[in-house]
Amino acid sequence: MQINISAKEGAPIYQQIVNQVKYLVASGRLATGEEIPPIRALAEQLTINPNTVARAYLELERAGVVTKRHGAGTYVSESGSPLARRERVRILTRRIDALLAEAINMGIELDEIVDLLRERHAPLQTRSGK
Amino acid sequence: MTFPSTSSADAVIAVTGLSRCFGSKLALDEVSLFVPRGSVFGLVGENGAGKTTLIKHILGLLKAESGSVRVFGKNPVADPVGVLSHVGYLSEHRDLPAWMRVDQLLCYTRAFYPGWDPHYAEQLREQFGLDPAARVKTLSQGQQAKAGLLIALAFRPELLLLDEPSSGLDPVVRRDILEAIIRTVADEGRTVLFSSHLLDEVERVSDQLAMIHHGRLVLCGRLDEIKESHRRLVLRFDSPQTALPSMKQALSIRGSGREWTVLCNGERNALCASLQQLGARVVDEQIPSLDEIFVAHAGRKAGEAESSTALS
Repeated sequence: MQINISAKEGAPIYQQIVNQVKYLVASGRLATGEEIPPIRALAEQLTINPNTVARAYLELERAGVVTKRHGAGTYVSESGSPLARRERVRILTRRIDALLAEAINMGIELDEIVDLLRERHAPLQTRSGK
Repeated sequence: MTFPSTSSADAVIAVTGLSRCFGSKLALDEVSLFVPRGSVFGLVGENGAGKTTLIKHILGLLKAESGSVRVFGKNPVADPVGVLSHVGYLSEHRDLPAWMRVDQLLCYTRAFYPGWDPHYAEQLREQFGLDPAARVKTLSQGQQAKAGLLIALAFRPELLLLDEPSSGLDPVVRRDILEAIIRTVADEGRTVLFSSHLLDEVERVSDQLAMIHHGRLVLCGRLDEIKESHRRLVLRFDSPQTALPSMKQALSIRGSGREWTVLCNGERNALCASLQQLGARVVDEQIPSLDEIFVAHAGRKAGEAESSTALS
């Protein structure tokens, strides 16, 4: 599991782990039912306090992203999909916000953006339809 | 000064109202802090802020002039054996006997500690790549730090005290030291207190934090609570400003023209109300890095610090 911790980022480390695991699940890099590293292993891998990892895992468990199996590790939830969908929408919303902000600065109207989206989308559609 | 987020219950170290003068210089000013069992407690501050003086009181090397220091509930000055036999200590200067060989150093140190674990010591020696036949004085800085760490760890102390453990060391040795801290708390639920001016490593490994400035605690509590109580607000004004008025909720104000950045601690709403009156819009709000928090607190004059120390 690839997690990058940055002290330059303001978000507390546990929050950085929570966000990145959610992202990995939402983007499919972590599959449902896949085991995530034990607390101690991740703490040593990232050289961070094990309590911080424990707190991140607890938050992920509360959010339904992962499930702890008694004495057998922590796994990505089978029922993780509704959250994963919400998370996907959240990730995409951020990208759209950035796109809109840029478009407004450039003086491009919404209709024009929508047309452009359709235009870009069409070739992808036929490709994935095959 | 007391902080609400820590209590004396189950504290391995309890320091209450500790003050200390060296001549006319006030080195510690009414310092109170509690280190909970099983925590990694990071002590940060500039050089000369009083970190080492505080650690020396915890070790019983200095006697409290006023206030009290208790370690495992005992007074380290009155009962040095009762305290120090459970404390692993690595000093900033790593003052090891230079003429000894590594194996002699282990043998010598072992005699002081009934709880010395020779298998663990050997395991650490191999892991740290220390040659048993090498003389201490011939070891590199990094190897001396590892040797010091080895003898601080090998009797599995209940409390590990590290004074600037990674100062002057390369990243590889620093990582070994951080890993040792992590294993110490992960393995056995022991307690670690370490001082450092490297804030990124403090943020990584500690869960409790105290910030000391000119002998006074300016922040003390759980690291995540400290972080989450601070905010960095980016402001936009309709017209360029030459300066912003000082606001009591703001720890630091910087910027120019239409865009300004304000750092605050726990009084976000009150601050936003004053900002609105100035005609500012908040365009970005983030949790600042520990570095920014530290600089903002250290940059304030001593008198100003009083009103902003309590966490929300």
